[in-house]
Amino acid sequence: MKQARTAASDTERGFLRRWIFTADHHAIAVQYFLLALAAVAVGTLLSLLMRVHRVWPDTPLPFFGLVKPEDYLALVTMHGTLMIFFVLTVVPQSAFPNLVLTRQIGASQMAFPRLNAAAFWITAASLLVLLSAFFVPGGAPISGWANYPPLSAVPAAGPGQATGMDLWLVSIGLFCIAAILAAVNFLVTILTERCAGMTWSRLPLTVWSWLVTSILTLLAFSVLIAAVVLLLCDRHFGTSFFVPMGDFVNGRVVGHGDGSPLLWLHLFWFFGHPEVYISILPGMGLASSLIANFTRRPVPGYRLMASALVLIGLLGLMVWGHHMFVSGMNPYAGAAFALTTMAIAVPSSAEVLTWLAMLFRGRMQRTTSMLFMLGFLSFFIAGGLSGPILAQPDLDGYLHNTFFVVAHFHLVMAMAGVFSIFAGIYYWFPLMTGRLMNETLGKAHFWISLIAAYGTFFPMHFAGLAGEPRHYERLTGPAHSFAALLPLERGITCAALLLAAAQLIFLWNLLQSARRGRPAGANPWKATTLEWAPARAARITHGPYEYGFRSSESDFISQWEAEAEWE
Amino acid sequence: MPATFTRHQVETERKDTGIGGKPPVDRRPTGGGGGGDDDWENRPSGRRGPRELLSRYRLGILFALAGDLMFFIALVSAFFVRQSAGHFDARENYISDWHPLSIPPILWINTAILLLSGLTMEIARRQLFHEIDVMEEWLGLGRPAVKRAAPWMIATCVLGVLFLAGQWIAWQQLAAQGLFFSTNPNSHFFYLITGAHGIHLILGIFALLFALGAMFLLRRMEMRQIAVDCTAWYWHTMGIFWLFLFVLLVFFQ
Repeated sequence: MKQARTAASDTERGFLRRWIFTADHHAIAVQYFLLALAAVAVGTLLSLLMRVHRVWPDTPLPFFGLVKPEDYLALVTMHGTLMIFFVLTVVPQSAFPNLVLTRQIGASQMAFPRLNAAAFWITAASLLVLLSAFFVPGGAPISGWANYPPLSAVPAAGPGQATGMDLWLVSIGLFCIAAILAAVNFLVTILTERCAGMTWSRLPLTVWSWLVTSILTLLAFSVLIAAVVLLLCDRHFGTSFFVPMGDFVNGRVVGHGDGSPLLWLHLFWFFGHPEVYISILPGMGLASSLIANFTRRPVPGYRLMASALVLIGLLGLMVWGHHMFVSGMNPYAGAAFALTTMAIAVPSSAEVLTWLAMLFRGRMQRTTSMLFMLGFLSFFIAGGLSGPILAQPDLDGYLHNTFFVVAHFHLVMAMAGVFSIFAGIYYWFPLMTGRLMNETLGKAHFWISLIAAYGTFFPMHFAGLAGEPRHYERLTGPAHSFAALLPLERGITCAALLLAAAQLIFLWNLLQSARRGRPAGANPWKATTLEWAPARAARITHGPYEYGFRSSESDFISQWEAEAEWE
Repeated sequence: MPATFTRHQVETERKDTGIGGKPPVDRRPTGGGGGGDDDWENRPSGRRGPRELLSRYRLGILFALAGDLMFFIALVSAFFVRQSAGHFDARENYISDWHPLSIPPILWINTAILLLSGLTMEIARRQLFHEIDVMEEWLGLGRPAVKRAAPWMIATCVLGVLFLAGQWIAWQQLAAQGLFFSTNPNSHFFYLITGAHGIHLILGIFALLFALGAMFLLRRMEMRQIAVDCTAWYWHTMGIFWLFLFVLLVFFQ
């Protein structure tokens, strides 16, 4: 502990000690960002290969050659796994809290700095194991990121299902352990390391969201470990947890017991649904903070907003069955899950309506991070509105295996999540480099991304309503009932290429601004929360969102500001 | 300051000074709505003071164990789901491949051993918080607490190894009956649950050995307390988990 504390303050150490083998949360945040950047680059590339393959299935692709159907499924699996675990979990749930959590609560250090560092290194190992699946005989697994048995339990089920699948399972097991360690650290940090005066009602909403997501991580990832262990036993030790009786794979009967594939679905989605909230709740906390900052208004109903976050987290643990309406689950269970799923729309709407109320007639400053936050809001609403549709078991029966679901979760989880990540990066960039990111490039990045993202994912609703199945690798071929959708698909692919190209602007901006961006100064956004405090506050006396005092020369009271004498 | 002297900051303020001064003021929050205690600024955020580190580590281990609890809950729910899984054959007969397992009786002895080890662990833990010994250690007048705790820790270790050996014998007995991990769903779960718990216990024994070493090597009394305390909570939790798993294996076949 003592050693870690001195390492944090000592800048005289060598590069390796300072940036690589370090227990300093600031350096760990940068490490997480770089890891996620690598993962998102690979994941995006995979999705582009998929999109191009869907519309020109017989054209050999660069780096890849001709894409066989099983290659397409491997792309789907790896794209989903990389994006969900290593981007949408790592950035909001690991990188951002490492960067700002301790500052926002006025702590000098994480509760367990070395545990925190260990979590990063296990995550990195997990990513390497996952990527190595591309290079083993048979290639990457092909059963999708949810890896439903029996296909995932039987090595003979496909080319990637032997070694590739084992690597996937090991990688996810490691990731779970890392996530749990990180969550323990964050929880204890939030509970014990707050500075004096940082009471529960003065916590920034981002901290509330990390509190909730850490609890969800603890509960959900542990269950995924159990599922992974059970599946590994099925694959290697001849057990029959998941493979049903008489299961017939690749010309061979493999099922020798009454295993239940549904059991995997239950265990997996008990993890999988909270996972959605783990990746989106920090974005929601950030939205409240940023909208308050850039409209210069306090968050109305602070307690309501905090409790809505907690409620979404709690309900998020009880809705996993809505992923399984068409799986042969008991229909009564389906009705119950439909109810809890629609119940979750209530606190979510409370959040959204509060943000809209703050925006309504507010003096909005259209900085890049605010624009991305608005983009988050837009995607969250656009994708969220199809949520209650899919929450109906009857409608879901028709839509579940179509592109409608792809549209839904790419808008509400992927795009909303990524846009909130961008908002956070543009907003907190000065904390990492002391410089601001270029606003012009940022705005170009935003507008192209926004239009291209809608162009990519919105038409998928129509494709889905027309019945386009989401797991087919091509629409043409012997059965060309979906050939009429090809023009739409081409449009989607073009938009996806544009969306990926727009990220090059972001990368350029990142590199340029890190080296010669405008110096940010002490508190560039005139924010109230403690991460912008010039020095660590000994005791705070103000709430997190005290904006909108127009009488004095500054229109806000920062949390670190000392209390006036007369108070 | 060693951890046992003061339980709470308020306690010191309440103490009679013994020189006939003003009576102590009760500054504890009353919980009422009278406005006497709703000054949020005076509420400590997290625990400050002598037990700060201890409670931080305790909280950490308890959160980690909460995650572990979910792991075992997942296994137990898989047990029940698998138990009720079956299929209909061609003649519409319901067929289940779940064959109840007769649990090796040695498990009862193992359970008793594990309960006993919980007792020895708790005795060891309390030695580290025995006020007079702690004070001596803190002042550097020898290590009475460590000396008293060490035999109990070693006893816990021995009992833990005995338990694991007993579990191994139970596995051997089942294997002698021709029941292996892959034989039938019930044996899957028997081996899996006892195995998962056994791995946790092996980790516990490593933690015990680590704590034993730490007691003699660590220079701060506080850190010695933390090492033993966290190991103890882990050990107790594994004991409680085992009780539930044992009941599951014996009575829910």
